[in-house]
Amino acid sequence: MAGEVSKAIPAKELWEGGRSPFSMSYGKMMMWFFLISDALTFGAFLVALGWFRYTAVEWPVSDQVFFHIPFVHGNFPLAYVAFMTFVLIVSSVTMVLAVEAGHRNDKAGVTKWMIATIIGGFIFLGSQVWEWSTFIAGTDGLISTWGDNATITSNPYGPPQYAQFFYCVTGFHGFHVFSGVIINIVILINVLQGTYEKRGHYEMVEKGGLYWHFVDLVWVFVFTFYYLL
Amino acid sequence: MERDDIIEYSLGAQHSEEEGKKIRKNIFKVTILLSVITAVEVLVGILFSKSNPDVSAGTWEAIKYGYIILTLVKAGYIVMEFMHLGHERKSMKLTVLVPYIFFILYLIFIAINEAVAVSGENFPINY
Repeated sequence: MAGEVSKAIPAKELWEGGRSPFSMSYGKMMMWFFLISDALTFGAFLVALGWFRYTAVEWPVSDQVFFHIPFVHGNFPLAYVAFMTFVLIVSSVTMVLAVEAGHRNDKAGVTKWMIATIIGGFIFLGSQVWEWSTFIAGTDGLISTWGDNATITSNPYGPPQYAQFFYCVTGFHGFHVFSGVIINIVILINVLQGTYEKRGHYEMVEKGGLYWHFVDLVWVFVFTFYYLL
Repeated sequence: MERDDIIEYSLGAQHSEEEGKKIRKNIFKVTILLSVITAVEVLVGILFSKSNPDVSAGTWEAIKYGYIILTLVKAGYIVMEFMHLGHERKSMKLTVLVPYIFFILYLIFIAINEAVAVSGENFPINY
């Protein structure tokens, strides 16, 4: 990770054209700018969540709502959410390994780690589908009985805002994961076709990686502010 | 098409096999750290649940701030190491971080302040 960043560039030269002030390619810088604005959206969601929680007289405790795990009956508070967090962290690690392999122009390595990242993304998305259906099913665990299903207007756990924030925050995040998986698949196809090999560098993996890490970053905050607190 | 108007900065980011080994070791360390923090958070959440009557309000208050600090540590490692911001130029770091230090902290302060002002009797949430 040496290179441009550690190279001494006279301060005067940076602003005189031909060079970016950040010593960064245009695409990567714009990805950062996009992520900054996207983070503000999530920031607004989480601040609104905090506002409602301070305003609400009662708010459910998450370990009494999210204690199911697939196929097994019993009380496992937050276990599955922790698993989902772990999956996302691991897929973030495989992504960073793909970026690292890209810096060595190691096509086989990039392919391997990109596939691992995509699998992690699919596991997370599948988990979220399961989590949503369990949440909607309510206390009796049946999605077909409407009486205690969690909807936008009411839910068996607490104030309607509890379910509304669940749908908005995790739904918005889940859609980001979904688009991240699509982006990673497109990048993987390009890697396999040798597009970046011809270009001489794998910077696109790095840009896709920035987005994917951002998705992980958002989940870290959602995990704390929605599930833990 | 050959383009000579763009300097490929990413070429400067390329590294050799030995450097790669060092970087992978660092990635591994950060992974362990993030996993351990998550495990600790979940264990604390189970053992000192807010719903547990033995856990006093004061204890939960301390846990709450502990959670926020641990979250910021995790976020810091993800942004600085995984997203590589820690190794970018200082001007880039400030461009990304300053909006949050000013805007988000201000927003949190205002939101919490206002929520406390309107909470309870003045603005009950009925369900």
